[in-house]
Amino acid sequence: MNLYRAHVLVCAGAGCVSSGCQDTQNALIDEIAKQGLDREIKVIETGCIGTCDLGPVIVVYPEGVFYRKVGADGAREIVKEHLLKGRVVNSLLYRNPLTSQLVQTYGEMEFFNRQLRVALRNTGIINPDVIEEYIARDGYEALARVLTTMSREDVISTLKQSGLRGRGGAGFPTGLKWQFAYNEAGPVKYVVCNADEGDPGAFMDRSILEGDPHTVIEAMAIAGYAIGSEQGYVYVRAEYPLAVRRLQHAINQARSYGLLGQGIFGTSFTFDLDIRVGAGAFVCGEETALIASIEGKRGEPRTRPPFPAVKGLWGKPTIVNNVETFANICPIIIYGPEWYSRIGTEKSKGTKVFAVAGNINNTGLVEVPMGMTLRQLIFDVCGGIPDGKEFKAAQTGGPSGGCLTKEHLDVTMEYDSLVELGSMMGSGGLIVMDENTCMVDIARYFLDFTQDESCGKCTPCRVGTKRMLEILERITAGEGQDSDIDTLMALANNIRTTSLCGLGQSAPNPVLSTLKYFRAEYEAHIKEKRCPAGVCQSLLSYNIAGAKCRGCGLCARVCPTSAIIGKPKEVYKIERNKCVKCGACVEKCPFGAVARA
Amino acid sequence: MKTVEDLRKLREEVQQMTKLRDGGAEVKIVVGMGTCGIAAGARETLNAFVQEIAVKSLSGVVVTQAGCVGLCDREPIVEVNAKDGRTIYARVTPEKARRIISEHVQGGRVIEDWVTRN
Ligand SMILES: Cc1cc2nc3c(=O)[nH]c(=O)nc-3n(C[C@H](O)[C@H](O)[C@H](O)COP(=O)(O)O)c2cc1C
Repeated sequence: MNLYRAHVLVCAGAGCVSSGCQDTQNALIDEIAKQGLDREIKVIETGCIGTCDLGPVIVVYPEGVFYRKVGADGAREIVKEHLLKGRVVNSLLYRNPLTSQLVQTYGEMEFFNRQLRVALRNTGIINPDVIEEYIARDGYEALARVLTTMSREDVISTLKQSGLRGRGGAGFPTGLKWQFAYNEAGPVKYVVCNADEGDPGAFMDRSILEGDPHTVIEAMAIAGYAIGSEQGYVYVRAEYPLAVRRLQHAINQARSYGLLGQGIFGTSFTFDLDIRVGAGAFVCGEETALIASIEGKRGEPRTRPPFPAVKGLWGKPTIVNNVETFANICPIIIYGPEWYSRIGTEKSKGTKVFAVAGNINNTGLVEVPMGMTLRQLIFDVCGGIPDGKEFKAAQTGGPSGGCLTKEHLDVTMEYDSLVELGSMMGSGGLIVMDENTCMVDIARYFLDFTQDESCGKCTPCRVGTKRMLEILERITAGEGQDSDIDTLMALANNIRTTSLCGLGQSAPNPVLSTLKYFRAEYEAHIKEKRCPAGVCQSLLSYNIAGAKCRGCGLCARVCPTSAIIGKPKEVYKIERNKCVKCGACVEKCPFGAVARA
Repeated sequence: MKTVEDLRKLREEVQQMTKLRDGGAEVKIVVGMGTCGIAAGARETLNAFVQEIAVKSLSGVVVTQAGCVGLCDREPIVEVNAKDGRTIYARVTPEKARRIISEHVQGGRVIEDWVTRN
């Protein structure tokens, strides 16, 4: 084996792929060869490092120097300066958004050093296509120990003791779920991994599959042993082609190493895995709809009970677990349930991966211990709100969740405290919103999504979400009626209590929680025909303030509909009937004279 | 792979593959790789350190590089950061590199003859 003095990791998560990491990597490899460094320096294509807005990202080990936004030229410079001469390339370093200081290494970035990576322990560190790299970091050791030193009951009680709860949304105790499936009679049972990840904005499951596929394979084999199953399925959406490719490659490798198949590690245990690709429908993430989809039927949910653990895939006992849930299994086996249950809070053990997006300085993936406060997560780990704006709200749980406000910044992020506030953990999507966000519009956005994704099987969800959406649309269009809030509440409660599955049961949540915390905003839209955040186009009017206007005429020049008239050095005026409310004049005016109200 | 022993044997073999990325090193060896250092053979020195650490399977030791430290007449310059503090060696050849590993890094004895002070 060749020995390398430095490893250069190129993030090839889907985010960095779209920002052009392939060109960066090619340039890097070419220049390394050109400088004759190819026997000393190894380039490793890795999974998502987590800082998705900074891509393409490169990390140089052993120092751990973190470079961001590295194009092909930047890559060549890193080779010539850093790798050849040992000089860090300052222009490609990350700058702390709050202190404006340059940060050299991974470990010095708040974004990373506040994290605790359990599920993401290998993601962004290993090459997901090379099974040896996984094995080098204790890969398949947990499966080896389980098969040779633990009984099936031991595995289940270890999981119960660890306190691990499902990361797919509901937070059901994983050990208990496995116990239920174990209790059922065999011989045929199934292990299913839910990688549908339908919450818009969440991408932790994709990143784990892309960055560390073997951890899911290994954990599913452990699950198979524990419940008595020989076959697993990973249900992934077709929109995740890279995840599908890397997972399939990893399955093939595991088979050829004898880590999947018959008689694993010389025991009598047999287990194999297949991928099932879904078309990408939110409802197919719901476990009974997912099972129907694997069976080749329409992806529609059915009533529970019977739960899948009793009657699941093809009517056989089945466990369905989320990708991130599986990614926690091997560390629990290796380091023990006591270790795991020391992380987190009393009722929410371990860590949680959040996909942070919206009005936030560091967007991306972060894994932190359960129980961190929302404030720490947003301001310490993720660098706060950009452009000096104020924090207004954060949506957790995606379209099924609710919002948290300024008063809730000190809430601890764990399953039960979020539910208490009318939100939920969900899969870990976290959308941060600043003062310029209209909460009615946000509620409309989520309802638009759930309404669209409703499978139509049950009436409350199919018709009810449509009616709610219509009301929200008319409120944001300035045509709200006095009775609308009451009607929304009544519909919401009906849909919540009578829908067949979690999609409908949770669809009204964004409306209920914005109504609870931002009712005044709804009232301003309905009664005063005013959007306080200045978002809802139909409710906006643009005016030029005479006192501030210097008559430069820039606004008139950028206006696409020639709605602004006036003479140089005089106050300009906007003609209402021509104005399309695009806002171009507001952006352009150097004196802040155009007001949007 | 047929047994747990096979897995553990393979892990031993491939451990080096990801070790560089682990962090938490106790000993850090920094080789000056300015133009002057490279001209004086710093790359061979650097690679000698890397080889020796791998051959001896030492853990907790990393080798990195730095730019010119301004002691160009005494290159290759090597800095060893360990529990005993910071030591700067001058004119380190691959041969000297191997002795620094065995005597200083492993043995804990600074090789005073090669130490330079600025
Ligand atoms: C509409 C809807 C969508 C869901 N989407 C997902 C999903 O994308 N991924 C997921 O793991 N669980 C999803 N769930 C939750 C699953 O039904 C199930 O609870 C979960 O996969 C169980 O795994 P866990 O115990 O490991 O969390 C969804 C539920 C509903 C109601």
